[in-house]
Amino acid sequence: MIPEVGHFALIIGLCLALLLTILPAWGAYRRDAVMMGLAPGLAIGLLVFVTISFTCLAVAFLQDDFSVKVVASNSNSLLPDFYKFSALWGNHEGSLLLWGLILCLWISAVALFSGQLPLLVLARVLSVMGGIAVGFLSFSLFTSNPFERILPGAPADGSDLNPLLQDPGLIIHPPLLYMGYVGFSVAFAFAIAALLGGRLDASWARWSRPWTNVAWAFLSLGIMLGSWWAYYELGWGGWWFWDPVENASFMPWLAGTALLHSLSVTEKRGLFKSWTVLLAIFAFSLSLLGTFMVRSGVLTSVHAFATDPARGMFILVFLAIVVGGSLTLYALRAPAVTSRVSFAWVSRESLLLFNNVVFLVSTLTVLFGTLFPLIMDALGLGKYSVGPPYFNAVFVPLMAITAPVMGLGPISRWKGDSVGRWQSELAVPAVVALLCGITLPLLGREYNLWVALAATLAAWLTLGLCRDLWNRVRAAASPLRGLRRLTPSYWGMFIAHLGFAACVIGIVATSQYSIEHDLKMRPGDREVLAGYEFTFVELANVRGPNFLADEARITVSRNGERVAALAPQKRRYLASGQVMTEAAIDPGLFRDLYVAMGEPIGEEGAWAIRLHYKPMVRWMWLGAILMAIGGFTTAFDKRYRRQRTPVRAGAVAEAATRAG
Amino acid sequence: MPARLKLFLPLILFAVLALFLFRGLELDPRELPSALIDRPLPEFALPALGEARQLTRADVTGEVALFNVWATWCVSCRVEHPYLQQLADLGVRIYGVNYKDEDDAARRWLDELGDPYLANIADHEGSLGLDLGVYGAPETYLVDAGGIVRYRHVGVVDERVWQEVLEPLYRQFSEEVRSR
Amino acid sequence: MHPVRKQRLLLVLFIVLFSSAAIGLVTYALRGNINLFFPPAEVAAGMAPPGQPIRVGGMVAEGSVRRSEDSLLVRFDLTDFQASVPVEYEGILPDLFDEGQGAVASGRLNARGVLEATEVLAKHDENYMPPEVADALEKSGYDHKGNKQ
Repeated sequence: MIPEVGHFALIIGLCLALLLTILPAWGAYRRDAVMMGLAPGLAIGLLVFVTISFTCLAVAFLQDDFSVKVVASNSNSLLPDFYKFSALWGNHEGSLLLWGLILCLWISAVALFSGQLPLLVLARVLSVMGGIAVGFLSFSLFTSNPFERILPGAPADGSDLNPLLQDPGLIIHPPLLYMGYVGFSVAFAFAIAALLGGRLDASWARWSRPWTNVAWAFLSLGIMLGSWWAYYELGWGGWWFWDPVENASFMPWLAGTALLHSLSVTEKRGLFKSWTVLLAIFAFSLSLLGTFMVRSGVLTSVHAFATDPARGMFILVFLAIVVGGSLTLYALRAPAVTSRVSFAWVSRESLLLFNNVVFLVSTLTVLFGTLFPLIMDALGLGKYSVGPPYFNAVFVPLMAITAPVMGLGPISRWKGDSVGRWQSELAVPAVVALLCGITLPLLGREYNLWVALAATLAAWLTLGLCRDLWNRVRAAASPLRGLRRLTPSYWGMFIAHLGFAACVIGIVATSQYSIEHDLKMRPGDREVLAGYEFTFVELANVRGPNFLADEARITVSRNGERVAALAPQKRRYLASGQVMTEAAIDPGLFRDLYVAMGEPIGEEGAWAIRLHYKPMVRWMWLGAILMAIGGFTTAFDKRYRRQRTPVRAGAVAEAATRAG
Repeated sequence: MPARLKLFLPLILFAVLALFLFRGLELDPRELPSALIDRPLPEFALPALGEARQLTRADVTGEVALFNVWATWCVSCRVEHPYLQQLADLGVRIYGVNYKDEDDAARRWLDELGDPYLANIADHEGSLGLDLGVYGAPETYLVDAGGIVRYRHVGVVDERVWQEVLEPLYRQFSEEVRSR
Repeated sequence: MHPVRKQRLLLVLFIVLFSSAAIGLVTYALRGNINLFFPPAEVAAGMAPPGQPIRVGGMVAEGSVRRSEDSLLVRFDLTDFQASVPVEYEGILPDLFDEGQGAVASGRLNARGVLEATEVLAKHDENYMPPEVADALEKSGYDHKGNKQ
């Protein structure tokens, strides 16, 4: 009964989404305030019904209703309750419903928190988002109905959730990732609304900025969790594989990074308007493209869902309508005339332009690498695969040239600055950064030029930020007042840039200084790695709630002192019989010790064991968390909330320019 | 108006990309072909599991049937088994090909989990499997009344596979027999 | 020159220079880092270049997996039922690696015709087979007709 209620609620949701697409758009076309006024109500109604639908599916999972097909094929009665719940989105059908739910959350958030928007704009924005909801809800209902029953003959028990997905990280990773993916639909909808209205101005940029920043922050968190999960769950210590599914989430992030910087220029200076609109379309298109790649099976990946060409076709058509439609609209309506406002080459604008170009090019190179096998295959030129070396070779130099420019950004002035001022402000940071670069690698295992470069760049970024902060504080009457006068926008930028610096350090240090050793160990064997002595004490059999495991008990000591006791496992899950490696990690701010079991070898008790020493690997994820905190912080800026709707949008542009 | 035309550039690029994506959909490589589609089931003479007789091709053809390749070492077969039992209860004819398995283990399995098979061909060496082109277990072949292999399914047979793929074929070939 | 014009010219120059640098980088990175897939039959026929990074996929032949007694060296054969390619790999195999299952090994062919693998991927689950493996098996003459209904 409950699944039928959920199914029915989803159908009502689709109807509401259709109404939400049509009525406000019609109202906006006719300038009919009543029709436009329906939009927020419809948005909330849509959220209510999709939530009901989602709850029904959750109940089916929690109550082990194996007559529902997705429950039967993705859950099991032995599964702990929180995994039963997260099993909901561990499969195509359920995760699509989650996508829909999150989209409805964003739609309602726009409806609720956009009191200051003119009704005309709000109606257009909600109508565009309603159209996206129609696409996704009908995708869910027509090609991948999560409420499909197996009747008669429901199995007595389910075939279990893939053990790889039975993990706390995976409970929150998809929701956060989707919050980010889907969040870019807000910026997209604002861009489309602006194109429809023919008004690309500073107020449009100001309205989209907080939404874009929050979506970007969620996406950063989602990607970071995905990477962290891969690190401890896949059992080989890798944290980024340039796998198509990872790229699918990384490309919108890169485009989103370009977008949020470009939006700041459009808001403050009224420049780069059509460029910003294009980036907004691009970022969301990449989210849709990612969905297509993951769910259509055109590219193979360790993460891919079971695929179905009909589904691929549906998303491709949807993609063509959304992206094709919006790019056509862009071609027809974007202002072709370049803006009159000019800026000097030594200015914050040009630095941000540089950022945009670099991030866009990075996005395109990742896109190219991801689609290259597909393109070659389609042209009949053979089956190629593009591996991590390609991505590293392209991506690392691109990021390496971003960092020096990034250090200049915060301290530079809008409109025009001078090289002389840069020199006087940043000479000291530059020298100190160089010194850091030269000395810091001495602390490492061996001197390494990549680490020296990374340390220089990270120090340069950090010191440049500090110098700028110092300038701002010094200008005020008292340091405390100076600090308090800084806006959340500023703090957000500050924290996010620090996060980037931490990320650079973490990634480079861990890739250069990691030590990895695969070897055969018997109980009693010892092995020394990076000064740590690993002792294989004993082998044990362990029983978990839904698996049996061989567990290797390993103690780690350093200079005779015990550091950690690690117990990696090789699990066999009872329901599916799937074998899985469960790594054991001793985490630390400056180093992780990582042990995983391979397979039993020959004689009794000997195992292939993988030992890793991973310095500073956590910095990467801490950096990503800082970036996300930065993104969230900016959204609290008062200017996004207090400003009443001005009568003339032009006035805002002027005011913003002056204020900036 | 070149400035305007420039704005169409993203659209054109996307159109090219969409073409490739469309082509990519057609290249879906997941269906596994079988050497034996529309060809006769290979000849064989192998012992019947748990019985003291030899089975040959003639013993198992004559009516439409499913040939299910299974083994006790195959975990997915365990998943599949209850559904096969249901199908057998509905009167679907299923023969088992016990693939590279031990007789004792296989008999215990059938005692414990039920026996949906009309008979089981004990293919210890995998010779029939080799002739059939078996990749692994489970696999299920649909063989018509004339002993011609008509369809091959790799992986678990479940409700969906049966209803969407196997049942229509099973019906179609059964009806052909009757109309003859 | 008019300042706006000059600015434009500089912008165009910058974009042209930057994108050519990027394209150059991409081409360079692609040249060394992509690897072509070969079915075992083509490797056996000598079509795969020795010493170049390639990938070979097929089924792990039954009974072919041999492990070394004192190291993590593993030898096995990948087959498409037409020909098989011997593979050597030192390291920990993926959880789903097994005889009679699909796998893809990437590495270089040595002078003895053995693929020295740096990475071995196993098929993901019982419903999934790496597309290259499926394709290689298809090419090996195991089909005379597709089985699309």
